[in-house]
Amino acid sequence: MNSGDQIDVKESRVPVGGEGRLPAAPVTASGVLRRPERSETGVWIGIAAISMSFAAFTSAMIVRQGASADWRHFELPRILYLNTLILIGSSVTLRMACARLAFVAGLGSEAPDAARKPFLDGIYWMYVTAALGALFVVGQVLAWRDLVAQGLFLATNPSCSFFYVFTALHGLHLLGGIGGLTYIIRKLSKTHGTAHTSGIGAVSVYWHFMDGLWVYLFLLLAMRT
Amino acid sequence: MGKLFAIVVTVIALVSAAFFAMHTWWLPVDISTTGPAVDHQLTETLIGTGVLFLAGQLLLGAFAWGSSGRSSDRKTKVFPGGAAPLVVAAILVVGVEIFTLTFVGSKVWGAIYLAPAEAGSLQIDVQAEQFAFYFRYPGPDGKFGAVHPDKIDDGSGNYFGLDPANDVAARDDVVVGSLVVPVNQPVALMLHSKDVGHSFYVRELRVQQDFVPGLDIPLHFTATQTGKFEIVCTQLCGLGHYNMKAYLQVMTPGDYTQWLKAQESQ
Amino acid sequence: MHDVSSLPATHAHTPPTGFIRKYVFSLDHKVIGKQYYGLALAAVFAGMVLSWLMRIHLAWPAWPIPLLGKFSAVGAPNGVMTPEYYLSLLTMHGTLMVFFVLTNAPFAAFGNYFLPIQIGAEDMAFPRFNMMSFWTTFAAFLVMMASFFVSDGPPISGWTAYAPLSAVGKDAGPGLAMGQNLWAISIAIFCIASLLGALNFIATTLDLRTKGMSLARMPFSTWAWFVTSVIALLAFAVLLPACILLILDRVAGTSFFIPAGLVLSDKLQPHSGGSPLLWQHLFWFFGHPEVYIAILPSIGIVAHILPVFARKPLLGPRALTGSMIAIGFLSYMVWGHHMFVSGMNPFSANFFSVPTLVITIPATIMTLLLIGTVYGARLRFTTPALFCLGFISVFISGGISGFYLAQPSLDTYLHATYFVVAHFHFVMAVASIFGVFAGSYFWFPKMFGRMMSDTLGKWHFWLTFLGVYCVFMPMHYLGLAGNVRRYSAFVDDYLAPLIPVHRFITIAALLTGGAQFIFFWNLAWSRFRGPIAADNPWEATSLEWSTTSPPPFDNFGGKHPVVYRGPNEYGLEESGADYAMQTSPPNNN
Repeated sequence: MNSGDQIDVKESRVPVGGEGRLPAAPVTASGVLRRPERSETGVWIGIAAISMSFAAFTSAMIVRQGASADWRHFELPRILYLNTLILIGSSVTLRMACARLAFVAGLGSEAPDAARKPFLDGIYWMYVTAALGALFVVGQVLAWRDLVAQGLFLATNPSCSFFYVFTALHGLHLLGGIGGLTYIIRKLSKTHGTAHTSGIGAVSVYWHFMDGLWVYLFLLLAMRT
Repeated sequence: MGKLFAIVVTVIALVSAAFFAMHTWWLPVDISTTGPAVDHQLTETLIGTGVLFLAGQLLLGAFAWGSSGRSSDRKTKVFPGGAAPLVVAAILVVGVEIFTLTFVGSKVWGAIYLAPAEAGSLQIDVQAEQFAFYFRYPGPDGKFGAVHPDKIDDGSGNYFGLDPANDVAARDDVVVGSLVVPVNQPVALMLHSKDVGHSFYVRELRVQQDFVPGLDIPLHFTATQTGKFEIVCTQLCGLGHYNMKAYLQVMTPGDYTQWLKAQESQ
Repeated sequence: MHDVSSLPATHAHTPPTGFIRKYVFSLDHKVIGKQYYGLALAAVFAGMVLSWLMRIHLAWPAWPIPLLGKFSAVGAPNGVMTPEYYLSLLTMHGTLMVFFVLTNAPFAAFGNYFLPIQIGAEDMAFPRFNMMSFWTTFAAFLVMMASFFVSDGPPISGWTAYAPLSAVGKDAGPGLAMGQNLWAISIAIFCIASLLGALNFIATTLDLRTKGMSLARMPFSTWAWFVTSVIALLAFAVLLPACILLILDRVAGTSFFIPAGLVLSDKLQPHSGGSPLLWQHLFWFFGHPEVYIAILPSIGIVAHILPVFARKPLLGPRALTGSMIAIGFLSYMVWGHHMFVSGMNPFSANFFSVPTLVITIPATIMTLLLIGTVYGARLRFTTPALFCLGFISVFISGGISGFYLAQPSLDTYLHATYFVVAHFHFVMAVASIFGVFAGSYFWFPKMFGRMMSDTLGKWHFWLTFLGVYCVFMPMHYLGLAGNVRRYSAFVDDYLAPLIPVHRFITIAALLTGGAQFIFFWNLAWSRFRGPIAADNPWEATSLEWSTTSPPPFDNFGGKHPVVYRGPNEYGLEESGADYAMQTSPPNNN
């Protein structure tokens, strides 16, 4: 250790804080054994904010429903059930992708041949996840068209208004998630997954959150609209 | 510099407090049955906060005075007892003030806003709009006619959108631009808005209540003195907000009856 | 503790070259902090000019203001302001000041610049998001200012934009067409920028603290920025939905906030079923935490600076940080105190009143701790120190008036009067800004490598301190007399005798505003001609003073500081210096 009050970046790899050594790093959502990452912290904070926004919309809906007798119930387009299954499915495929990529990352650069197939599998399942996500968004648009065909537009009734607002905002956030997935796929492809790729955990947490958020919204809309 | 600060802060605190204590600019006379409780609450708060205000500012000044000219000294002094006495004092003193003020204040509030209107109250319907108040009395039949927003026609004086042709109860409704009430008579107002948010404020009654479009909001009071008092709008409602007012006229029962008869015969 | 060395280095390479990369689209939190400060300066200047125009109109309504007539022939024909233009200026004054000044300067500007340095990091956790935050804020500012130039002018519904006045569109009056749309869009953009910024602050504080920098050893300003960003994250996350719903009501024909049967400009409005109170609940659920976003950073800055000039530790550091956290928590429980007479269930008034009063406890604790720090100090009466003392005085004044408004039984009389105006200006426009001034004089040497003029600073302080009391203390008296706020003219019978008070306030406001030019001049002149500053001219302990003035590109010249002490080690009585820097190993001088 230097006698001065600063250390050089490359020197120490293990923090020696006043409180002693770090506890064993937790296993992350993507199954990788490593220290907490900045991007994952960021995503959890973002999830807090997004949850708060949807909570605000939820309370707005509840208040609006009680404010006046003009709330008209309508039947949810059938395709929403399929969309929900698709999105849940995409979370499953994402788990599969992450498990394989974690395995590859665990191997490090030691066994490039053993890593090859799991890596390609992992990327494949990532693509499937993104595709399912895109399919979900298409399905949501079809749900909208279903409503429009019934004459239910944004301003027709408060119940439709909230339906459109909720689905549009969720869809927008999901498109962001698809963007994140594509970005991760590109990053991984550069190193064939051998080097530590930050962001997998973050994207994965975000995606599962979007899934969970949709299930919540779906139930909310099913019960109230 | 520290001594200067101490002097300035002391002068500011004393001068400010003096204007509060002397009631140089103050509330107008109170003319309502619930008013005295509000005024009493205000006085209590004034004394309680006045003590805190002066204590805080004067202590700050005193300590600034004491610390000035000492920058070349070696030693500083810790506040006696450290932080603990201050934390405890804050919790206790402020806590007690909170407790007392809330306990008493909630009764004052309840008397105005939670207690129902007394039986036999004079019912008056109040409509606020950009930028005037209109008051409707039920007339000899004691019933208010229904309001129809689509029938509102300010030009012909149909501010409330009444339909006297088809609505019997509406035929004898009296609509005026002043709130006229007899003294010592409980009055039950029903507030509604034609367009945007407004508010009903009579300083002498010590009451204020917003008009919320889409809601009918009750407000009741009993005036204890005759006279003419201003009703002003306190909720930003557009360009004429500053000019939106009406008069509350509190009359002797005899005068009131005369006035009402004159309106009803029109 | 997090091992910063395993994280990808943000600044492992050479600093950016080229003007655009260095000064415009910079990823460097220091540049971004200065950009926020510059934006806040522009906004405060605009907001101040608006306040002068408003005050002149209130005091002398018939006086023509020629420049104003040239700026807006519709708003001020022949230079005499119309009532609606007064309300436009009022709306823009509040909006600019609350959002673009008080959320920007103490929080985004100083926080961006100093949070990473104070915790020993090279930059924020997400530098690209950081850059986006600033430019998004800037875009919001442009959209907001654009409302001055549309045909109908800026909105007239106040910074609070109550529905249905703000929601029905132009039938409700001038300024409520495109102006209100631009307002809502601007605020929505601002929300997104603030959310990104808050996210960055939180992630940075949690993840990037250097070795030895535990949460307990963070400076008070860092604590304040951290708590503020948590508040901001949850608050702006509610304002954004509110703005979205408002925009939909305005342009898409929905009825979230507009009930049935409204007749405006003789037209029955085609909306139904909405709730104006819903807007108020959503807005104030954001709005109340927002005012704590405005004040907490300044409290943290004053708590950070006062010990430096008192040469003794802040009294009760844990009680102070605990109080900040308590305020953050309680701030979410009190929003209904803006709505006592709004028509919401009067029974709920008690539920909002109690936490509102309880919040005075941590506020009182913090004030007493600051006062207790002055006790027995060896005060160096520099300009930053004076602004800290001034802060304590004005925070007391502003906080005390809150005591009245927290009680529903008094609010029935004082709501919407100048008493409220006095209260929020004292705590926000005065106390919070005093924190910004203290921070400016204190940190200018670190940011620009030069000292500001202390003589000019003292003039600035004394004129401002006296001036703000002359402007805002009389407003309490006006409120007690029942003087209603947001009036463009005082025509009611009972208001006539109060006009001389208004004239006094106007003159004081113009003079106090003028005194701010001493500060602006000091900033500009010292930037280029001030005496060169040492690394640690104030003999302070925190990490920003352990590096050069200004800091190098990556803050610490390629090294990661190691922290051994808290920030509060002043007044040591060993031989040698009377303070120990955070990076100074134990028993080492």
